[in-house]
Amino acid sequence: MQFPDDRRYTHTHEWARQDGALVRVGITSFAAEQLGDIIFLDLPDPGTRVDGGAAFGEIESVKAVSDLLAPVGGEVREVNEPLMDDLDLVADDPWEGAWMIAIAPDDPAQLDALLDAQAYAQHCAEEA
Amino acid sequence: MTEPTLFDISQPGKRCTRMPAADVPAPALVDVVPAEHLRAEPPALPEVTEPEIARHYARLAAQNFDVDRHFYPLGSCTMKYNPKVHEAIAAAAGWARLHPATPAEHVRGALRLIRDVEGWLAEILGMAAVSLQPPAGAAGEFTCLRIFRAWHDARGDTGRTRVIVPDTAHGTNPASVARCGWTVTVLESGPDGRVSTGTLAEALGDDVAAMMLTNPNTLGLFETNVLEIAAMVHDAGALMYCDGANLNALLGRARPGDMGFDAVQVNLHKTFATPHGGGGPGAGPVGVTAALEPFLPIPRVVERDGALAWDHDRPASIGKVQAWFGNFLVAVRAWAYIRANGADGLRRVTEDAVLAANYVRAALEGAFDLPYDGACMHECVLSAKTPTQETGVRAAEIAKALLDHDIHPPTMYFPLIVDEALMIEPTETESKRVLDRFIAVMLEIARAAREQPEALHDAPTRTPVRRVDEVTAARQPFLRWRPE
Repeated sequence: MQFPDDRRYTHTHEWARQDGALVRVGITSFAAEQLGDIIFLDLPDPGTRVDGGAAFGEIESVKAVSDLLAPVGGEVREVNEPLMDDLDLVADDPWEGAWMIAIAPDDPAQLDALLDAQAYAQHCAEEA
Repeated sequence: MTEPTLFDISQPGKRCTRMPAADVPAPALVDVVPAEHLRAEPPALPEVTEPEIARHYARLAAQNFDVDRHFYPLGSCTMKYNPKVHEAIAAAAGWARLHPATPAEHVRGALRLIRDVEGWLAEILGMAAVSLQPPAGAAGEFTCLRIFRAWHDARGDTGRTRVIVPDTAHGTNPASVARCGWTVTVLESGPDGRVSTGTLAEALGDDVAAMMLTNPNTLGLFETNVLEIAAMVHDAGALMYCDGANLNALLGRARPGDMGFDAVQVNLHKTFATPHGGGGPGAGPVGVTAALEPFLPIPRVVERDGALAWDHDRPASIGKVQAWFGNFLVAVRAWAYIRANGADGLRRVTEDAVLAANYVRAALEGAFDLPYDGACMHECVLSAKTPTQETGVRAAEIAKALLDHDIHPPTMYFPLIVDEALMIEPTETESKRVLDRFIAVMLEIARAAREQPEALHDAPTRTPVRRVDEVTAARQPFLRWRPE
């Protein structure tokens, strides 16, 4: 398995990419495949505070409901509204079009503590 | 085959019955009903003939997939066949037509029945006292947590906000915690599919109010460390709740009270002869230790001056959790079922349920993945991970294929920690002939998954409604009929 190396990853299959002063967040192609067809997505409003490692939203597939965990703590600045109307994007374009929120991080260094692409690939291989 | 709604076949003027003309003068509606309660337009009710109604519902019933016609190994739900005699007993007018406001001295037989069922359940559970009031399993969970909260509060111990819930738990567990105003700490299962005491030790603290444990757990595995787990939780000042959904695995063989649990709920509609699957009514009685008895819902049945009576005067009670006394007719069926089986019969229910699950597990573990080795209790959890990876045939496809063989699918994709989970609970009511046929069909589907996977992608092909578009149904639910 290969994953983009322009971003970091969590053990719970979120990705986080530095984007100017913000950290953009989505879920990985591995997570999307495990979940199957997505039927519901619940994201926070801009301005919401999130803690690193805590739930910022929920994603529901035909199989299960899962929490979405924030890779870094901070304030939600942007939410991908178009994604709510086109949930197929989570499977079709997980790395770009299906970003979910952008966080203004409390501590930008938090990102460095996450998995890099190689470590995340190994984590997925162990789970599969 | 789509059955039209009664609105679709409605035609103005059709009636089931026609009343004879009144032979007395009829008052005008406006003279007997206040004007503000009168509609401007008549309600848009369907107008159909009696045969049209009768056939409409008979056709819908014929499309149903039910335990009276089909083997129904839906794991975690205990879809056993319920003897019809219990329906007849519960339908007897003396029970079915009782009004709940009838004074106790006129219905002492009903109070006696409630007291009997409470006493027998207490004995089965190893608990000091039982309340029949909660109307369903999740309501029983919530009742137990409310009782725990009242107990902590009564001791002035108000800083406890967390409840520990294993990652194999039923989804109702965290929901009950949230309803109670507490937060959930999820406990990751150990490599053997059971709670690891090491992981538990890390999760415990002086802010933990309770632990919720299902035993056997949803993998069908007995929590062999339950005594040590209970001691650890009690040492931390917290209480132990047993999710009693899997009581079918314990009757007469093991008791939650002896395992160190402080409270447990029972799903009468699973183990004690009330049919379910249609949305109720069920019943979720709770059993508690002597220390928690004062907090049980009111009213309680008590003996007063040699006669049974209602006791509402219990200051420590959490109050009511359901109107009147719970779903009484479910308790009537449970009374009859417990009496019909007796202690030996109930023990055999559990022994046969566990035997049936292990018979199925042993026959299928070569053809499917078995994520956790060893003997199971009343249900077994297999995984369709290998066919999913090799040919793209997922648990859902296997479930759909079973429908073509007139078998209800097992529970899928639960517990969440098993990929492509198939959770099979045959129950004690099925004969070896039925189990052997199920095994043969499952082996045939496993072979098809390897050799001709495309055939399974179309299943089911023999049901009144074929593969439904679950994704569109969930994203764009169409919940209400409207005229075109």
